[in-house]
Amino acid sequence: MSDELLAQISQSLVDGDPDATFSLTEKALREGLEPLRIIREALMPGMNIVGDYFARGDYFLPDLIIAADGMKRAMELLEPELRARQQALETPGVVVIGTVKGDIHEIGKSLVATMLSANGFKVYDMGVDVPIATFIAKIKETNATLLGLSALLTTTMTMQREVIKTLVAEGLRSQVKVMVGGAPVTRSWAEEIGADGYAEDAMGAVALAKRLVGVQA
Amino acid sequence: MRRPKLEVFEPALVEQIIHEGIDLLSDPGVRVHNQEALILLAEAGAQVNFENQIAYIPERLVQQSLATAPVEFILYDIDGKPAITYGGNNVQFDPGSAGISVQDVKTGEQRPPVTKDFIQWVKLVETLPQIDAQSTAMVCTDVPEEIGDLYRLYIALNYMRKPIITGAFRKDTWWIMRDLLAAVRGGGEALAAMPLAVFDVCPSPPLLWSDLTCQNLIDCARTGIPAELVSMPLSGATSPVTLAAAIVQHTAESLSGIVIHQLAKAGSPVVWGGSPAAFDMREGTTPMGAAETWLIDAGYVQIGKSLNLPTHVYMGMSDSKMVDAQCGLESMGGALSAALMGANMVSGAGMLDFETCLSYEKLVIDAEIIGMSRRMIAGIEIREDPIALTVMRSMGHRSDYLSLPHTRRWFRKELYIPSEVIDRGSYDAWQQKGSKPVTERASERVNMLLKTYQPNSLSEDTRAELKEITLQASRKFGMEHLPDLDS
Repeated sequence: MSDELLAQISQSLVDGDPDATFSLTEKALREGLEPLRIIREALMPGMNIVGDYFARGDYFLPDLIIAADGMKRAMELLEPELRARQQALETPGVVVIGTVKGDIHEIGKSLVATMLSANGFKVYDMGVDVPIATFIAKIKETNATLLGLSALLTTTMTMQREVIKTLVAEGLRSQVKVMVGGAPVTRSWAEEIGADGYAEDAMGAVALAKRLVGVQA
Repeated sequence: MRRPKLEVFEPALVEQIIHEGIDLLSDPGVRVHNQEALILLAEAGAQVNFENQIAYIPERLVQQSLATAPVEFILYDIDGKPAITYGGNNVQFDPGSAGISVQDVKTGEQRPPVTKDFIQWVKLVETLPQIDAQSTAMVCTDVPEEIGDLYRLYIALNYMRKPIITGAFRKDTWWIMRDLLAAVRGGGEALAAMPLAVFDVCPSPPLLWSDLTCQNLIDCARTGIPAELVSMPLSGATSPVTLAAAIVQHTAESLSGIVIHQLAKAGSPVVWGGSPAAFDMREGTTPMGAAETWLIDAGYVQIGKSLNLPTHVYMGMSDSKMVDAQCGLESMGGALSAALMGANMVSGAGMLDFETCLSYEKLVIDAEIIGMSRRMIAGIEIREDPIALTVMRSMGHRSDYLSLPHTRRWFRKELYIPSEVIDRGSYDAWQQKGSKPVTERASERVNMLLKTYQPNSLSEDTRAELKEITLQASRKFGMEHLPDLDS
């Protein structure tokens, strides 16, 4: 019975039906299933299937995002339950992410944030047009180990370099690994400004983040 | 919704072209080098000069034949399921046919095709959803020339599920090809009820029906196998150089074909097809990638549609000798134009070097061209009413449409999503994948697709019957054993 319910939750992510994911998760909790079990045996496997479908070309960005949305809504139910049990989901890392000052492009950054969340990272999405000081404050507050900086314009990508310079000045550079991305950003640019990594797309960003924190991709 | 379409003539001009075409049939008349057809025409009231083999066809016979020719017909796949509708504005695609060379996958050079090349070709066509029908695309050179036509049909039948566009090179082999098709269907009547193949029959420009094609035409009509008239004026060489006059010639040749066909058996399915070209005045060749060729095609398709007949074109080919930029631009121009005309069958995918060479790589690239062309003619559909108010008001000024269920609901219907043959990644992503040109991506896709091929459902008994029919023919021409089928 509980196996069937877990399979249904997993399938609801694959089907892209966040409402079903939410109500099925609610039902699972009512029936006494452990939150950690729901995450490990339903949500994560469901997201993995979606990721596989994407990798082989059957699924596309909207399929990924809607599945991640279902995951997020299920987690909103499960997180208070975990806290009540004084349990925590081991996370591969805490990520602060945002689009740099002067740049209001959101899609790529949000995709990366969504996919990192779906893969267990604790993500603080600071939005767009984010001042350097805001990034610094959030890293300090959350003890983040990863920083994601997005820039879609050649005129704003230089801001990625400024953020990294400030991290050094603040003595935070050894605490966080910096990932950069965005249309004009290249591997050589990442190297030039002293970032730790660059990824081409959201799936690549997940693989990169896992590598940077020493988790097997 | 308005279907994007290409029309080249005002209605008054369509009328004039048809009238001039009909007038040509009485003066100078049409050459018919086939006794049976001449008798049919004479008995129906045409004035016939048996000595010079010229028939003078009156308008009355043309109108009578047009009245009995079917508006549409259906082709059924090897399992007997309806697969293709010739008629209306249905647009369907099949590969170029009767290629005399194949571009070798390893060396990239043109060479004569053999059995295993064509087997691979048929398999590849089966794996491409954009291609609707097979064609007897290659003439295999490892069997006697005399059975070249029926042998390729024998090969195709062993591996195909989709219907096929074919043709005979001789009068007697047409009947063997019919036997092969009937063997699959379980008899001639079943074959007529559920056609599996269309036969191309080509008049010779100007205004000549040879003995062979005329006999094929009559035999198709009488057995209920669809015939596709492939008139091919070559403007400035075998027809007038002006495009409109070349179309008048096409009209006359095609109308005379319809008359002979419908006199042989009224109501049999027949297609208003063609393969014209605008003669190249420098090289003396027949460019399929010329804008003027496409215009002649567009003109005669419009004429055929005005006569309420199913239509066919030979388009989407390239005059280039390799898969390169010229190949891409000519193939897209032709295929898209054909789609916009609403031609029911567009033959030519995979074909290079005018109408001679087949390329696997080109075929998978053309599949994308076809996908995009189909998307163009599907036009812009109104999915919801109001069109945007509900969804945009639900979003306000938010920009995350990517995460909206509305997006997931519609994007697969709104977008034609190409395979990785078409590169839409960033420069960096492209570099990471090895900086491959389209030819290399296409070549990889060919290999990948061939691995997904699934055999058809023909029984071992039917396969044995097909082999026996083919073997009997090959023995007449000195070949005791057929090449192995498994490749």
